[in-house]
Amino acid sequence: MKEKPKDIKSREYRSVTQVAGPLMIVEGVEEVAYGEVVYIRTPEGDNRMGQVLESQENLAIVQVFEGTRGLDTDQTRVRFSGDIMRIALSKEILGRSFDGLGRPIDGGPEIIPEARLPIIGAAINPTARDYPNEFIQTGISTIDGMNTLVRGQKLPIFSGAGLPHNELAAQIARQATVLGSEEPFSVIFAAMGITHEEANFFMNSFESTGALERIVSFINLADDPAIERIITPRMALTAAEFLAFNYDTHVLVILTDMTNYCEALREISSAREEVPGRRGYPGYMYTDLATNYERAGRIIGRKGSITQMPILSMPDDDITHPVPDLTGYITEGQFVLSRELHRKGIYPPVDVLPSLSRLMNEGIGEGRTRADHLGVSDQCYSAYAEGRDVRSLVAVVGEEALSERDRLNLKFADIFEERFVTQGVDENRTIEQTLNLGWELLSSLPEGELKRIDEKYVKQYYKKGT
Amino acid sequence: MADQQTGKIKSIAGPLVIAKDIRGCEMYEVVRVGKEGLMGETIKLVGDLAYIQVYEDTTGLKPGEDVVRTGAPVSAELGPGIITNFYDGIQRPLLGIKNLAGDFITRGIDIPSLDPEKKWDFNPIVKKGDELVEGDYIGEVQESKVIKHKIMVPPGIKGKVIEIKKGSFTVDEVIAILDDGEERKELSMKQKWPVRIGRPLKEKLNPEVPLLTGQRIYDTFFPIAKGGTAAIPGGFGTGKTVSQHQLAKWADSQVVVYVGCGERGNEMTEVLLTFPELDDPSTGEKLMERSTLIANTSNMPVAAREASIYTGVTIAEYYRDMGYDVALMADSSSRWAEALREISGRLEEMPGEEGFPAYLGTRLADFYERAGRVVTLGKEKRFGSVSIIGAVSPPGGDFSEPVSQNTLRVVSAFWALDTNLADRRHFPAINWLTSYSLYLEFLKPWYDKNIGKEFQALRGDMMALLEKEAELQEIVQLVGQDALPESDRAFLEVARMIREDYLQQHAYHEIDSYCSIEKQFLMLKIIMKFYQEVNKTIESGILASRTAAVKVKDEIARMKYTPNPDFPQRYEELIKSIESEFESLRDQK
Repeated sequence: MKEKPKDIKSREYRSVTQVAGPLMIVEGVEEVAYGEVVYIRTPEGDNRMGQVLESQENLAIVQVFEGTRGLDTDQTRVRFSGDIMRIALSKEILGRSFDGLGRPIDGGPEIIPEARLPIIGAAINPTARDYPNEFIQTGISTIDGMNTLVRGQKLPIFSGAGLPHNELAAQIARQATVLGSEEPFSVIFAAMGITHEEANFFMNSFESTGALERIVSFINLADDPAIERIITPRMALTAAEFLAFNYDTHVLVILTDMTNYCEALREISSAREEVPGRRGYPGYMYTDLATNYERAGRIIGRKGSITQMPILSMPDDDITHPVPDLTGYITEGQFVLSRELHRKGIYPPVDVLPSLSRLMNEGIGEGRTRADHLGVSDQCYSAYAEGRDVRSLVAVVGEEALSERDRLNLKFADIFEERFVTQGVDENRTIEQTLNLGWELLSSLPEGELKRIDEKYVKQYYKKGT
Repeated sequence: MADQQTGKIKSIAGPLVIAKDIRGCEMYEVVRVGKEGLMGETIKLVGDLAYIQVYEDTTGLKPGEDVVRTGAPVSAELGPGIITNFYDGIQRPLLGIKNLAGDFITRGIDIPSLDPEKKWDFNPIVKKGDELVEGDYIGEVQESKVIKHKIMVPPGIKGKVIEIKKGSFTVDEVIAILDDGEERKELSMKQKWPVRIGRPLKEKLNPEVPLLTGQRIYDTFFPIAKGGTAAIPGGFGTGKTVSQHQLAKWADSQVVVYVGCGERGNEMTEVLLTFPELDDPSTGEKLMERSTLIANTSNMPVAAREASIYTGVTIAEYYRDMGYDVALMADSSSRWAEALREISGRLEEMPGEEGFPAYLGTRLADFYERAGRVVTLGKEKRFGSVSIIGAVSPPGGDFSEPVSQNTLRVVSAFWALDTNLADRRHFPAINWLTSYSLYLEFLKPWYDKNIGKEFQALRGDMMALLEKEAELQEIVQLVGQDALPESDRAFLEVARMIREDYLQQHAYHEIDSYCSIEKQFLMLKIIMKFYQEVNKTIESGILASRTAAVKVKDEIARMKYTPNPDFPQRYEELIKSIESEFESLRDQK
């Protein structure tokens, strides 16, 4: 067996043999670890970072995060670090801004690390997880009333180009509280390929609440290197785990836009000439997304929690596109924004029918929100769904042909959108207000129609006015 | 050339490692990879190269590190201690991992599947001098409050008992010695079986007994037999997992094996927290006392996900061999297929449809074929069954994709989840027009004998009504309800009753969550009675708007919330109310 190089950190090579797309092949290397971090020095003297994607005897395939422009097969120097990708963390990250690879961009000092954690998080042992059940009041009726968010949940916003997902996410980040709990949320904001404007919008919104010291941001903008985006959410989530599980913090992680992340994944996959899955996305995209999304949750015996709110834009508003589709299979529900509602001038344009919160049942009811919550939500769903059906029917047969029941449901759908769904960007409704509003609307239906609500609540709230 | 026990890593890419200088390695042999001894399995051999899928994260591995053969295929450890346990995809106990490694799963943890320290009370049921064959019981262990674990002669072993012990033993201690004339075999309570091979049996039987689930849509309309196979495909949010949980909770199998394959961590936690709390209607104990869980969540290593369903079905077969009816839930087989695709892609195999390997269909068929109602090994004629219910997660909810289609070719019950139904909160969101069960005919004698001859006839009538409703709805979409004749309008109300008051079932309601087959039968009769009375009343010239306004309708809407034992009485009351209310309606004319 060959002697190992004594100083493993000084393994520097100039044997780049191929540069293609985001990838670089280095030959003549020794004992390069899979996943090892690579430092690259271009002929011009720029420093870049990369990671080993495949390691063979004498050869390593490296993905270069900041793009391969300017690299050559002659002068470029490559140094293998002997370590996997890590992020330096301490409590001081609160209030700071970093680039997509975790380097400070706010002019502040480097973080003096308490810990340097690998960004590939280990999976939480399912036996160590605590089931999420603490109601988060967002002040938004379509969420609190119909698709309740709980601490430790991962609940994405499915949106489309031009829809106000940023406003909604910012409103949630501003208003989210847990009833009866004084502990505030820290927000970790990871931007992947969004525009300067969007990033500024978020920063201003956080600033306006005077809560910048609770925010950590990792920013990769649209004009930043695309491949870096693969690392950004992992940096953010590692920071989130650190705050949540080492410092008992409740963390809300906003990841936007996951579609850009997936594009970067696709770019690497095609550069490696892998067999593509649907629409050219790699076959392992589900697993890859899961390794990010599954880093939400609570752990038994630890006080903190990680709640995730990824935002993704559905290309052509197509919910069956691989990015929203695979996301929906991993996350615990989704909020779907509707272009139709947006066109009608309704904010927030949350279409409650395809929206869902899987963990809602555990977070609501007596002692958490109110005993009648589930019934009210079910009944509103059912009446609104029927009303929407009738609406499309009316277009064909006219309103005269409707039965009395249909007419009432149609009316319900209208007032539901006008009053329940619609609210102001700064309107923060308590859960009581939301549920009472629900009852007010349901009172326009005959009592006998309220089959999904327990009789005793119908007696208590139906037509009682508030 | 001589076999080589230890090779070296040649390359690493994701979960695939290629080792060199390891001639003589067998397919599907377990190997230990790298300094940490990560567990892997050979999946392709070329000359002295072995392609290995590694069951743990490979980050940090380097070419040149050792790869060590173990000489054994991936096997499940079978013996007392499986029930109430909670494993990962390669049968490592998750609680044990937590005790060793903390809240996060780290690499290179080697931990036995069955606790080697724990002592079990072994009661022999054979005596010295008995001649035993493979599959015969040699004794019993009370494994949990409800499961008597039969200790069996492992497949391939027979002989005369020359020693049998009684008392408290660990799973590794010898409890019996057999002599087959040539050599003596020491038996312990533990056996090993390679997970990719089905355990032997004597004979496969036709499915004749339903696996009752307490869920109306399945038991009444699309039943599955004991030893049968079913698939639940559906887009996200249609309720696959809730359906699987309901089936695990309420199906009348004696043992439940729940495989969470590439799904959400929180869902497995929910199972883990609820099963030990849930009362089991058949035994009066907690559900966990007859369950075992296998969880390889979506962020756990992908190769172990591939192995998890085989681990699950091997455990299911083992309990089948003890004469139990076992239900295996696999959630979700699509994630398993994706693991297969990922490994296949890394092997650079020629892809079939959508990048899945060409052998996807055969692998799925192999898996589902391990279900069945069988005559087990052993001298006595004993029956056992493994029923498999697999969830499928088709991309975009489109059933034309390869995993759904290949699954459909091999399963006999198809429960199609429907996004439209789910959006309007019709749960379980099983589409009654596209679902089917091939077991109806096989099970007819059982239903006729045990429930009543009327049952399947009523089921047929209801199905016809639902079909007719679908046709009428199309007309309504075109011309509006006003254009329909009175009789059809009245009919639509009855169809709505079937949908809302019968098919919809509330998984989280303490009573409606489980509906006995007897209650189902009476509920069907009530709706049929209502339908007949409506018809009679319409024929006598009463308007549909009045038959639709009867008070008893609200009572029928709430009948699902009447507890199972009280239902016969409720049935009598409801039939009386229906008769009297319609009679008075007709009298008013």
